[in-house]
Amino acid sequence: MGELEHSLRGRVAVVGVGETTYYKRGQSPDPEFVLVLRAILAACADAGIDPSTIDGFCSYSNDRNTPARLSAALGCDVIRYSNMQWGGGGGGAAAAVQNASAAVLSGSADCVVAYRGLAQGQFGRFGQGARSSTISGAAALTAPYGVMSPAQTYAMRTTRLFHDHGISPDTLKAVSLAAYHHAQNNPRAVMYGRPLTPEAYDASRWITEPFHLYDVCLENDGAAAVIVMSAERARDLTDRPVYVLGAQQGGPRRSGVAGHNQPDYVTSSLKPVIPRLYQQAGVTPADVDVVQSYENFTGAVVMSLIESGFCTYESANEVLTFDNLIAPSGKLPLNTSGGNLAECYMHGLGLVIEAVRQVRGTSTNQVPGAKVSFVNAGPMVEVVSAAIFGSAEVLG
Amino acid sequence: MSDYVLPEGLPAPVPARDGLDRPYWEGTRRHELWVQHCPECGTWQWGPEWNCHGCRSFAIGWDQVAPEGVLYSWQRPWHPVHGALADAVPYTVVLVELPHAGGVRMVGNLFGDPMQPFAIGDRVEAVFEDHDDSPTPFTLVQWRVLR
Ligand SMILES: [Zn+2]
Repeated sequence: MGELEHSLRGRVAVVGVGETTYYKRGQSPDPEFVLVLRAILAACADAGIDPSTIDGFCSYSNDRNTPARLSAALGCDVIRYSNMQWGGGGGGAAAAVQNASAAVLSGSADCVVAYRGLAQGQFGRFGQGARSSTISGAAALTAPYGVMSPAQTYAMRTTRLFHDHGISPDTLKAVSLAAYHHAQNNPRAVMYGRPLTPEAYDASRWITEPFHLYDVCLENDGAAAVIVMSAERARDLTDRPVYVLGAQQGGPRRSGVAGHNQPDYVTSSLKPVIPRLYQQAGVTPADVDVVQSYENFTGAVVMSLIESGFCTYESANEVLTFDNLIAPSGKLPLNTSGGNLAECYMHGLGLVIEAVRQVRGTSTNQVPGAKVSFVNAGPMVEVVSAAIFGSAEVLG
Repeated sequence: MSDYVLPEGLPAPVPARDGLDRPYWEGTRRHELWVQHCPECGTWQWGPEWNCHGCRSFAIGWDQVAPEGVLYSWQRPWHPVHGALADAVPYTVVLVELPHAGGVRMVGNLFGDPMQPFAIGDRVEAVFEDHDDSPTPFTLVQWRVLR
């Protein structure tokens, strides 16, 4: 596979990342809009820029906090770019960085923030069924049968993953245990100080078979923000910019059809995204030092890791073990902040930030010498995304 | 209605106002299974769409198919996500493939004991579950394992 002729590789960089305190669902003392402002202000402080520098806004998953309101509150002089990535769930977390990068590369804007805020206490929960007495359209094919929550929407892909490819439930368990292990070193993590043992995993209740409680993401309140600028401007701000090597979004053929009729059912939806991502980034899976793989459900992580080239269907059970998945010693350090399972469910933007942190060398579970850092977002939803970040050394 | 797989109180399916899925829901009331079938290229299609995804024809039609299939995947919810399900867990959800209709898949519940033995690949037949007393009467399509 040759490199792409017109790639963003090394031409855009992350200059700042910011997060609020991560709260348990419904426990934020601030309304969602304030959370987003706090995250963006933290990212500006991290970048060492005045907030009025921001002239572009990218978000996803129908974020409620509009660029117009944010721009006004941040004292920005002008909005040059605003963008909402289609699709629910966290499929757009890396795509928001891609869209921000595209805005910078095209000359549309100079300093673009990708952001996401969630306050479920203020706006209601994800994992709850429909409250109406009637239902129609695509949901009518599932809701009357008690299939309403995201876990229920995606569980049957994992059942079939086990059946088609011999993936062991123990492999899902390893993903969960690794996340909780990493969270114990991360004071930001909601599950900091709450370790998970294999016995507790096994004894946990079923949400829906084949998912135990600990196979399912958290629900949290908080906000996160990532600021990108051109590589030239980034080098003026810091001597250690984190370059965007690649960022892609997409989905397989007919990924949006109703009633579980996607032609390729047992997939993270990443298959068509990954080849071009590596082409764009000019790296291979073997070059990747550390992986953040979005956990809505552990089964999706396994699909994602296989489809991203980190193991095969045949090797997954041997490669994806707890020992291999933990930093700093494992061969494939995974979700080193604790991820969506144990740090915070910020629709994946927290994972993007952790991917940046690994290249900076500032993770609480740092992979020694990490230069190439991979993150994906929202596996199994209709349109998913992934990004690869790298240090200056990678660009040579 | 004790012979329902799931209790009453879940959202009642009603045909969409745009009419797209009306042949399906009207068919279930007659205990018939209808899915989209393209007269131009022969593509079987489910759920309902405005055109054929095989050849883009807007003349996609409907055909009645035998109410039987093969168990393609399953899950067993234990966490009730709706008030009506509080005393109804666990229940088993099945995804059924219809090999005689291009392999389209349908979501339903497993009829009978949710803990009964079954496996992917088992042959299943539809059980039409009439909800005649609903303010908007409807029929669900549940699935029974053929022994
Ligand atoms: Zn056709």
